[in-house]
Amino acid sequence: MELKTKINAENGKQELVITREFDLPVELLFKAYIEPEIVEQWMGTKVLKLENKKHGSYQFETSDAKGNVVLKVNGTIHDFVPNQKITRTFEMENTPFEVQLEFLEFEKLTNDTSKLTMHIIYRSVALRDQILKLPFAQGINMAHNRLQEIVTKLK
Amino acid sequence: MNLRRDVFQAIADPTRRAILLLVATQSMTAGAIAANFDTARPTISKHLQILTECELLEQEQNGREMYYHINAKNMKEVADFIEPFRKMWDDRFNKLETIMKKYKNK
Repeated sequence: MELKTKINAENGKQELVITREFDLPVELLFKAYIEPEIVEQWMGTKVLKLENKKHGSYQFETSDAKGNVVLKVNGTIHDFVPNQKITRTFEMENTPFEVQLEFLEFEKLTNDTSKLTMHIIYRSVALRDQILKLPFAQGINMAHNRLQEIVTKLK
Repeated sequence: MNLRRDVFQAIADPTRRAILLLVATQSMTAGAIAANFDTARPTISKHLQILTECELLEQEQNGREMYYHINAKNMKEVADFIEPFRKMWDDRFNKLETIMKKYKNK
């Protein structure tokens, strides 16, 4: 299947842009980001806190198949405009990776399609590259989701 | 040997990707890695061997234990390592789309 997700990460820049078009109305795409039960499903993480408002904050916690907590993620919501925009920080606790700034823009394309643009800014070029190189560091919170899928398949 | 092609073959396997994710933030022994899978230990050892041969994992002796940690040094250009990152986001967004399509049809 063709990859619908595009990533623009220029050499020597401390930012990257992820874009993706969805066969979903923008309201449903946005809902997937604000309803804790839905976030839990596609992010493969437990949502401890998710305050969808300016000055709000969030906390996610991911466990492995055995129930051990393997990753805690938190951030602060700086801007929140329903069906349009979320600006937030993202930090993986107890890792060498420093906090990053994320601008999420939700765009209506047609009544049934929408586009997400995720602009991530890191503290330095080196940090961005380091996070990208740990192949899937950004996906650490997905790691155990994947692990569970694999384990389920193997059973 | 085409190292780069081998790297991509190595990370094409879901179990090997899961192993890389496990050791992304900490060094682990083969035993500790294997404990995360229901797969037979020799199978995990084989995966570790392939990842080490492709230089995606490095081994480090610490006392009597051999630890594995990730080695990203052989992926120098952004273009070389962006693909797995993109695939990861694509998988995640595909999941979001599937969930919300069901939600819509409820």
